[in-house]
Amino acid sequence: MSIAPAGPQTGAQLIWESLTREGVDIVFGYPGGAILPTYDAMTEYTIRHVLVRHEQSAVHMADGYARASGRVGVVVATSGPGATNLVTGLATAMLDSTPLVAITGQVGSGLLGTDAFQEVDITGITRPVTKHTYLVTRAEDIVPAIREAFAVARSGRPGPVLVDITKDAQQSRATLDWEAAAPQRHLRHLPAPLDQIALAQALDLIRSAKRPIILAGHGIQLSGARAEVLALAERADIPFAITLLGLGAVPATHPLSLGMMGMHGESWVNRAIQEADLLLALGMRFDDRVTGKLKEYAPHAKKIHIDIDASELNKLVPVDVAIAADLGDVLRALLPQVPVADRSEWLGSIREWKGDSAVRDIKNLPDDGHLYAAHVMHDLWRLTKGEAVVVTDVGQHQMWEAQYYKHDGERSLITSGGAGTMGFALPAAIGAKLARPEAEVWVVAGDGGFQMTFAELMTAVQEDVKVNIAIINNGYLGMVRQWQALFYEGRYAATPILSPDFVKLADAFGVHGQRVEARSELATAVEAARTVKGTALIEFKVEQEDSVYPMVPAGAALHDMIRRPAPSVLAETGQDPV
Amino acid sequence: MSHVLVVYTDDEPGVLTRVASLFRRRGFNIHSLTVGPTERPDVSRMTVVVDTDEATARRAVEHLRKLVNVLEVQQLGIGRANVVRDLALIRVNAGPTRRSEVLQLVEVFRANVVDIADDSLVIECTGSLGKIEALVDTLRPFGIIELGRTGAVAMARGTRTPVKAAIAPLRTGGGAMSV
Ligand SMILES: Cc1ncc(C[n+]2csc(CCOP(=O)(O)OP(=O)(O)O)c2C)c(N)n1
Ligand SMILES: [Mg+2]
Repeated sequence: MSIAPAGPQTGAQLIWESLTREGVDIVFGYPGGAILPTYDAMTEYTIRHVLVRHEQSAVHMADGYARASGRVGVVVATSGPGATNLVTGLATAMLDSTPLVAITGQVGSGLLGTDAFQEVDITGITRPVTKHTYLVTRAEDIVPAIREAFAVARSGRPGPVLVDITKDAQQSRATLDWEAAAPQRHLRHLPAPLDQIALAQALDLIRSAKRPIILAGHGIQLSGARAEVLALAERADIPFAITLLGLGAVPATHPLSLGMMGMHGESWVNRAIQEADLLLALGMRFDDRVTGKLKEYAPHAKKIHIDIDASELNKLVPVDVAIAADLGDVLRALLPQVPVADRSEWLGSIREWKGDSAVRDIKNLPDDGHLYAAHVMHDLWRLTKGEAVVVTDVGQHQMWEAQYYKHDGERSLITSGGAGTMGFALPAAIGAKLARPEAEVWVVAGDGGFQMTFAELMTAVQEDVKVNIAIINNGYLGMVRQWQALFYEGRYAATPILSPDFVKLADAFGVHGQRVEARSELATAVEAARTVKGTALIEFKVEQEDSVYPMVPAGAALHDMIRRPAPSVLAETGQDPV
Repeated sequence: MSHVLVVYTDDEPGVLTRVASLFRRRGFNIHSLTVGPTERPDVSRMTVVVDTDEATARRAVEHLRKLVNVLEVQQLGIGRANVVRDLALIRVNAGPTRRSEVLQLVEVFRANVVDIADDSLVIECTGSLGKIEALVDTLRPFGIIELGRTGAVAMARGTRTPVKAAIAPLRTGGGAMSV
């Protein structure tokens, strides 16, 4: 930490001083005229700066950094186009509740509102995709704004905050008064003390339930409530279904873990939800991708919903008990009173349904010697012993990853869930690796999404970051092609996509590149990627027109799943084949 | 159904936009929205009337509470437990033949005539939303030329604790605007 000199400092210095005092060790950014005073002051401080190749990637990197570590990610960009390039990243972070602070330069305060060169109303543009935004026009307001921005980003349901600072505010001077700038307004709406009546009602429902199921969401991770959730599940013998962002928050291989729910969830999980008599929704928000048709969702179930964001309660699914509070706090209050139970009958029926289902069984893939994406995910899981941090892009490969890579560790899957932002994986993985240098980080991306942000390969090289990259090349924008196949009579409008020679591309960036076309080559390539120094890329040429199954078509009821069309033998084992 | 939300906010540029865009973004239908100063110089007070069911109104309250600039939100019914007042200015046709008829109605509604022209009057009326609507309906057959309303301002009856003073707006002088 730098020692603040006595007397006034420039606004630019105050920015770095504030970041340092907030515990920031790294920022992701891109310079330009309106933020130049801040860049000029940067070298006086120990904070590391990662120069990205596009500002959108800076936000994804900060997002990956924050999701991998639980700390606040920080982004710096210039005004105008630099700032507007942040928008997709901020929306991605907002929908997945990632704490970020983005600092943008703005034209001089005297020019505000005049359409000056590179002036855009970035606080206006980003208002709906951030928790809060600030326009700072004076040096003395910088520290209070940044301190409050961090507090807002972290508190309650986390999210991104943008601080737009005019060039003259960066250049003029003010005296640092850290204590006087202590944030308070984020404390205005702390959750009320736990509602004892609601807790008692929840206990009653848990006691009398015969077929309860926990819906485990991202909030478990954000609240740090893994131990409490597992204690509840084990004590009351309640199985848990996991949302996409909940994967890793609770361990996939736990005996009470059922697997992923929703559109591409396991059929037995969705069936268990539909037949349950009690849903315990923990830190999740009943996204349409997990409920299917709301009218027919969990028709027999009483519902308990615990989430720190009160506006999520009774939003889409009316519930019997709604508790707006930190999940860990609620569970710690509940646990001592939850009776020990044995629900082997209920667990037995779910196990039976699982016995009929095909989704997890790689043996059911057509035996045609082709390489399937599912093979890649499954083998990657085995070869990394399930211990990697996997950062996925968006599309079919994302769903296959979620189905076949079993995440036990916390913060071990980083994926854009709420926004489904293609291009997220590579930059987010670089951020994740910088947050956790000891972790083995894998990118799983499609040929389409990888092409959106692959310029960040050069950032990985320049910053000497090792991520391993699996490109699942199916020659299509596969998830869209799948919808065209299923719902648009196979008209593949604008979904075939060409790719460069990825091995040569890797070579051009100076990273290790390999191509895998058969399952037999897979393990060697993965081992090589893991052991080479620096970033390594593997292009997996997979079956082009495979689809993700099972699938609940958009708008259908959760139990109306399309299954993989029967190949030869449908010998479901529920066991892992290898 | 109408619900009245009283929202106490920091008196800062951009707060009105935040509240209004929240309602737009979440699809809550605003019937009226008024803003004005309060007994505290750093706090503004909005009265928002929304047409929606009870559950949605409650969700609107929770969304408002997530805004950093919002100090407090009260949800009031439009019934007698609360004072809800709207002011209307109504320019109505009132030529010599019908003028006395109009003036009688103004009397009945305890409204005021604030401007007189050759064949029209401007009537000022303060009251509950229901009263104003009733007056407007009654005057309609005469021909309403122009109608302007302030939108409701509301206050609960009885005593109430003042807005939490503890958590002050972010101010070090001019202040970073929460724009
Ligand atoms: C930025 C962005 N644009 C468009 C989409 C719509 N979309 C969702 S999945 C998908 C296809 C992704 O293709 P690819 O990256 O090759 O992955 P695959 O589905 O083939 O595994 C598209 C276009 C999106 N999610 N994000
Ligand atoms: Mg593809």
